[in-house]
Amino acid sequence: MTQQQALQEYLLRLADSDIILGQRLSELVGKAPALEEELASTNVALDLIGQARNWYEYAAELINDGRDADNLVFLRDAHEYRNLLMVEQPNEDYAVTIARQFFFDVWHYFTLKALVNASDERIATIAAKAVKEATYHLRRSSEWVKRMGDGTEESHRRMQDAFDILWRFTGELITPDEVDHAMFKAGIGPDPEQLKQDWLGMVREVAAQATVTPGAEDAWMYMGGKRGEHTEHLGHLLAVMQFLPRAYPDATTW
Amino acid sequence: MYAQMVDTGTKRLKTLEEMSPEERDFQEKIDAETKIEAKNWMPEGYRKTLVRQISQHAHSEIVGMLPEGNWVTRAPTLKRKLQLMAKIQDEAGHGLYLYSAMETLGADRDEEIQKLHDGKAKYSSIFNYPTLNWADMGAVGWLVDGAAIVNQVVLQRTSYGPYSRAMVRICKEESFHQRQGYQILLDMMREGTQEQKDMVQDAINRLWWPALMMFGPHDDESPNSQQSMVWKIKRKSNDELRQMFIDQTVPQLEFLGCTAPDPDLKWNEETGHYDFGEINWKEFYDVLKGNGPCNRERIGTRRKAIDEGAWVRDAAVAYAAKKQQRDAA
Repeated sequence: MTQQQALQEYLLRLADSDIILGQRLSELVGKAPALEEELASTNVALDLIGQARNWYEYAAELINDGRDADNLVFLRDAHEYRNLLMVEQPNEDYAVTIARQFFFDVWHYFTLKALVNASDERIATIAAKAVKEATYHLRRSSEWVKRMGDGTEESHRRMQDAFDILWRFTGELITPDEVDHAMFKAGIGPDPEQLKQDWLGMVREVAAQATVTPGAEDAWMYMGGKRGEHTEHLGHLLAVMQFLPRAYPDATTW
Repeated sequence: MYAQMVDTGTKRLKTLEEMSPEERDFQEKIDAETKIEAKNWMPEGYRKTLVRQISQHAHSEIVGMLPEGNWVTRAPTLKRKLQLMAKIQDEAGHGLYLYSAMETLGADRDEEIQKLHDGKAKYSSIFNYPTLNWADMGAVGWLVDGAAIVNQVVLQRTSYGPYSRAMVRICKEESFHQRQGYQILLDMMREGTQEQKDMVQDAINRLWWPALMMFGPHDDESPNSQQSMVWKIKRKSNDELRQMFIDQTVPQLEFLGCTAPDPDLKWNEETGHYDFGEINWKEFYDVLKGNGPCNRERIGTRRKAIDEGAWVRDAAVAYAAKKQQRDAA
């Protein structure tokens, strides 16, 4: 894998995780448990999709095969998507929605924090704006993890269940592969070992305050999103998201 | 807009002589265009009418998120997805803002929402129609927000201060939404395929009449309007507003290269207005009574969101209480 290929892969991972989580959140529009939460949740979705657009635009320039950001979003099939498995998991219980967001936000925050100092100027610029948004996302989702974990008996049970359901998808966030290593070496991505320690540290701290028990570090982990092997959920999500451009391939403007 | 047939609880208008000194003082303030504020004395009927109207308006913003939410997961480009999501978020913000204005009158948000879920409170009939193709996202912005603006621009001068100020802010955002909606249609008509053009005409065919119904019944069928006009809660009659809307919308329709599903629609040189056909009032009252295509789904979705979210809100309250206790200790 060349440096250029690794960079493209890495950008698609960032972009794909953003768009898929944004899409999941958009499914909840009009259905949040409170009006204030409706606004907050949509804010996060808007930030993520906005960030995705920035990453895609850069990725499209590098790929340079005539595809633009929209093509990358709407005309790639599931195996071409590079998002984390975590973000494609369905909404189900609101505790799952929040826990999913929290696990992602911790990863996102520390990743972007490192990308702010990337040797690649374009990446550093995008990350500088994105990290501000991610800081707010993380504050919000950690607060909700604590509220639910240390709220009522029912909310505690639901948050603990959510941790248990989603824990197997956390390994992928902190297990580096060839691309992650290459990006670190190139002075772009975070130090994988540091990212892992930061992620585990913050998750444990918030979990302790929320009185929920995180899974074991050596638990079995379900991985594959970063190389395009997804859970069954992604195909359905894409079927909905990509419907119009797929159904009307001759349409060049919307 | 979004308030249709608001009950004022009055059978006939009182003359100034029949009024108590407080009522008279109040009416004179209104007549002098002085805004009524939350702390001012107001007749109970005025307060109740406003609570009904503002809550209806707020409910409409909230229920109105759903027809658009139906397409937000299927928006065809990143730009359109971001736009649509931001628009829906604005509507949630309007809802919140209007509920706050309503609470200045001593009403309770949760109670009013409960009335909505129990089928006791109304919201605009337009949101009981389905959104069946992507062009509906353009047509809703153009026609529905357009109709709402015609009403709300006038409501910026409504007599109750908090409501009037809410309208000023909301109007700005709605105008933006309307232009955005029209642009969606215009882009499809100018650069789209035949299939896309057909979508636009189809959306207009389905939403045209329901948009005209948003202004409510004819003036002579609107018994509460008179009191609302005297209190300057309403400032123009339903028929006046509907005519204003048609007059401003038909040229835009023609510019799109589309038609309205109304064979009687034509320019009248003498009156300087467009003539148009009769609204299907049976359909209007049916929808108001709950028998529109999506009434059950809309309320069902809202009820489910709030009912299933109860444990989330309870958790927040319980956590806040624990935190307060800990902080105090």
